[in-house]
Amino acid sequence: MQVQPGGTASRGQSISRWSLSALGRAGTLVLVVLVLWGLWEGYRWLWMETGWTRPFVVNATTMPHLHDIVGALFEPIREGEPLLAERLFHAALFTAKEAAVGFAIGAAIGFVLGALIARFGVLQRGVMPYVVASQTIPILALAPIVVVGLGNLSIFGWTPTDWMRVAVIAAYLTFFPVTVNTVRGLRSADPAAVELMESYAAREWSVFWKLRVPAALPYLFSAFKVAATACVVGAVIGELPSSIQDGLGGWIINFNQYYVLAPENLWATNLIAALLGIGFFLLVVLVEKLVVHRAPERLV
Amino acid sequence: MTVADTVVSARSVSKTFGKGGVTALTDIDLEVGRGEFISLIGPSGCGKSTLLRVIGDLVEPSTGEILVNGKAAHRARLDRDYGIVFQAAVLYDWRTVVKNIALPLELLGWNRARRAERVREMVELVELEGFEKNYPWQLSGGMQQRVSIARALSFSPALLLMDEPFGALDEMTRERLNMELLRIWAETGSTVIFVTHSISEAVFLSTRVAVMSARPGRITAVVPVDLPQPRTFETREKPRFFELVTEVRERLHAGGLDEALAEAEALD
Repeated sequence: MQVQPGGTASRGQSISRWSLSALGRAGTLVLVVLVLWGLWEGYRWLWMETGWTRPFVVNATTMPHLHDIVGALFEPIREGEPLLAERLFHAALFTAKEAAVGFAIGAAIGFVLGALIARFGVLQRGVMPYVVASQTIPILALAPIVVVGLGNLSIFGWTPTDWMRVAVIAAYLTFFPVTVNTVRGLRSADPAAVELMESYAAREWSVFWKLRVPAALPYLFSAFKVAATACVVGAVIGELPSSIQDGLGGWIINFNQYYVLAPENLWATNLIAALLGIGFFLLVVLVEKLVVHRAPERLV
Repeated sequence: MTVADTVVSARSVSKTFGKGGVTALTDIDLEVGRGEFISLIGPSGCGKSTLLRVIGDLVEPSTGEILVNGKAAHRARLDRDYGIVFQAAVLYDWRTVVKNIALPLELLGWNRARRAERVREMVELVELEGFEKNYPWQLSGGMQQRVSIARALSFSPALLLMDEPFGALDEMTRERLNMELLRIWAETGSTVIFVTHSISEAVFLSTRVAVMSARPGRITAVVPVDLPQPRTFETREKPRFFELVTEVRERLHAGGLDEALAEAEALD
């Protein structure tokens, strides 16, 4: 093991090492994109050449060229309108707002629920089955009930707006992994560390914030990574039944109807939705890097 | 020894785990004076760690009572009279060296300036200057254990309880830390109860060695160590040192524990 005082010498080293690894990662990314591109176009070419029809017929409608999909982003849908990329960018921001708010609500509820279950063993048997059951309901079946149902809700004359109701769906998909991992994480504290806190006569609240929560952080961030992509999916699906036009879900419905005419538009929208999910994921990874300090081999 | 000079007083302490289960300790009587360095030595399973935990109010005795500074052990724990060092350093991975040392001070509600001042003194005491901002996993095992000692001493507890603190370290690091511990003990004037299964370590460090035997765990002899203070590297080469090592070894054998002792020495 390398034992170094301070951090200045090692910091300079780690920055150059970091930029090297960043370069390496960028190279890997380009390589992966090229391979995927090759696989798509190769598959497309082979099936069209041979005329194979299984598992599905390959033609310009089922599998547009990738460059047509990317190209569609830089064309207007109709003459004189903004580029598709611009429309989708605004739609992605709208969906991102739903997803982010849903993530925050879901993570908060998931954490509190997990903390209560970890603290009170009786809840493990009493509540956990219902938490699990909640996730077995197909989200597609639940979304209309929640999104349309909450539209009729009135709290002193105030009704949640469209995007708030969609955020509830995003929260619904977020809270589950957070609850499960909070329970595990809070219980992962080293028993000797708990004994140490007891020797200081630390209050339970101090043990929670100074030991259990920091010990749980790697587990929490694992959950956040799952939830980061799930909340985007939840937001898109939540938009579908309520015919909200401002988000990516609206565009997906729209382009679905005109798929035969312009398949690359739907694919382009899917691409943007995927990029949004990846963006959320990377944001969580970045925050984890800033917040969680662990020996490299101890990160979960 | 007058009452005011007694830090720990254990009277007829026993501990049985479970209902009618294993008897870990039986009929323990022990008085530890202020400024003493007392070692508990015995084979594996003789209850020496349990005795340490009973004194520290981390395990409740089945019978008997423990007084620390004239108070019940439970009261003493609430009053933060204990500093504990375990075999594993038990440092918090997410805290730097200084933040780890400051942990008990935070729990005591010390303000930032007072904490920083004390932590600086502690870093100096255990000679970790330059490593303040390192995380535990960036330190060697010996350095981690020094952080653990600094943390235990940071709030000047009346009693330092050490459970095989150097058991996981290599021989050379262990001997160096033994010297350091004696220096810290002399500088701070603390009272130490030190669990070990190394006879030479016990003799080298202690003012008295309490020899324990297993099944059931009890104290079979207390050997006063009359080696001159301060102890040095040469202490281990003095004839008197070997005499005392031999005496402790014979006391251990007298407990009828050759088998268990062989096991304990194999662990050394």
